[in-house]
Amino acid sequence: VTVNRRAASLLAAFVILLVALPLFANPYVLSVATLILFFAFTGQAWNVMMGFAGQLSLGHSLYVGVGAYAAAGLYFHYGIGPWAGVWLAILLCALLGAFIGTLAFRFRIAGVYFALLTIAFAEFTRIGFDHFPALGGPGGLFLKVEQREVLDLLALRGPPAMFYYVALVLTIAAFVLCTWLLRSRVGFYWQAIRENEEAAQALGINVFRYKMLAMLVSSSMTAVAGVFFAFYYNNLFPEQIFNISRSIEIILGPIIGGLGTLFGPIIGAALLTMVADGSTELIGALGWEIPGVKQVLYGVVLLGVVVFLPHGVWPALARKLGLQR
Amino acid sequence: VNALTVVDLVLAGVLTGLLYGLMALGLSVIFGVVRVVNFAHGEMMAIAMYATVVLFGWLGLDPFLALLPVAALFFGLGYLLQRGLLNPFITRPEHSQFMLLVALAIILVNVLLMIFGPDARHVQLDYLLEPIEIGPLLLDRGKVAAAAVAAVTAAALFAFFRLTLTGKAIRACADNHLGAQVIGLHVKRLYALTFGLGSACVAVAGCMMILLVDVTPTLGPGYTLLAFVIVIVGGLGSMPGALLGGVLIGVSEALAGLFIAPSAKSMFSFALLILVLLLRPQGLLGKST
Repeated sequence: VTVNRRAASLLAAFVILLVALPLFANPYVLSVATLILFFAFTGQAWNVMMGFAGQLSLGHSLYVGVGAYAAAGLYFHYGIGPWAGVWLAILLCALLGAFIGTLAFRFRIAGVYFALLTIAFAEFTRIGFDHFPALGGPGGLFLKVEQREVLDLLALRGPPAMFYYVALVLTIAAFVLCTWLLRSRVGFYWQAIRENEEAAQALGINVFRYKMLAMLVSSSMTAVAGVFFAFYYNNLFPEQIFNISRSIEIILGPIIGGLGTLFGPIIGAALLTMVADGSTELIGALGWEIPGVKQVLYGVVLLGVVVFLPHGVWPALARKLGLQR
Repeated sequence: VNALTVVDLVLAGVLTGLLYGLMALGLSVIFGVVRVVNFAHGEMMAIAMYATVVLFGWLGLDPFLALLPVAALFFGLGYLLQRGLLNPFITRPEHSQFMLLVALAIILVNVLLMIFGPDARHVQLDYLLEPIEIGPLLLDRGKVAAAAVAAVTAAALFAFFRLTLTGKAIRACADNHLGAQVIGLHVKRLYALTFGLGSACVAVAGCMMILLVDVTPTLGPGYTLLAFVIVIVGGLGSMPGALLGGVLIGVSEALAGLFIAPSAKSMFSFALLILVLLLRPQGLLGKST
């Protein structure tokens, strides 16, 4: 009980800090915080598939990209706002997820092969969008950046603080959803499948159905992230948004933070974004501004965490904070 | 489009494909034995390409000679990488191995960027400029030479695995890890040896690739993906499969460039990958498990 109470009070303090952040943070800190929340949200979505159900997807940029292009395309061509567009994004990504999932799980493609299948679909779609002029092709799709000071929540146009709060609400919603899922019957089925698929099947779990469910939940959540991305950055290039490095960015957070944990994606996103930005500052201060130095530092940190903290940062941190018995 | 152009293109595709095959062979050998998917494979090839550029630029060393020291260097680096960094990861889950190699790939790409900057480099050999004429066909001399080197290297590797005692021991490790340990094989050393051999393959491929393609620091990830596509199509862990996959991808790229759009050529490869995964997941020449 004391552990739970301590966890609850820490969490409450953390949420209050996050809600109050725009009151005192400067624009730079706010943009970094928004980025962290974006990766925390996408990481949470990916974690449902890999962390909960054990299906290694390396092509989540597919859903970010399709979600982003769906909502941005509707807004660009027909003036339909993101609150309607997000449903199209979710629908398209859920269909894509269902398609890939059906193929993969019916044909029993697993492990490395599944990972490569997801990469293949993302790459295939990237090149497809490069040859799709209605959505800008390789030259990119640009949304008009209207006056940023005017708050227009319906069209998702407004000051940076608005985007910060939207990202915060998304992250909290994803956290609540994932907590609920993980503790529900479905969550236990997923974990059983993750640990031993054959044993799960022998226990009477419909493995195909629950793997599909993980795929649908994960792809739909990622679609929402894509819509946010489109309206936050206002420009979309197939080369960037569908790139495999974007998929890797999404999965680094949860793996570094702690795969299959609820706080892992959040901690991981915060850590990685801060390492990236912190090393920029550090390199600036030291005057080592050669292109590439920053990414090398980032890679070294990544390597260090993978080698020395195989279960991620969160389990170790939770022990330090006395949140685990 | 006349028939002659198509034949020319298919031949060029076969030649490039053999080189692709050698690159993928390195990946396939490493996976087949060590069971680790080398996500830094393309990045390693990019380093070999830069090594060739440097040896050619500074010492005037011909790439066909440079491939020997470069391959030897990569054999050593691959051996040490497996011994030092990868060995503890053999028993860890796939995503953990993936992360380790992705971190390594990020470091490699950006160290190249730091040293060489973002500009493209190339090596041009004057005696390769003149194409070879066979009747009405024209063949790029560089591609022919590169394909020949690829074929010889692949043949040497086949011979090593078939004929030498060490090669047989490595195959024993691949067939049955526990059994290999029981009969007293030094599995860790053999794994390191295998990783070294795979690295040497990709190094030779890199020394030849620089004759066909300009190198930039960010060249790696694309070729890592290409190598995956090839080994999955041919059969992960199958040596002839890697070469066959390379040739198929080489030809399909050449034809896609002609019939669709050059920029869409890898779409063709990925479509092929998806088809193979669905219809014959063990790959064209792979053994079903």
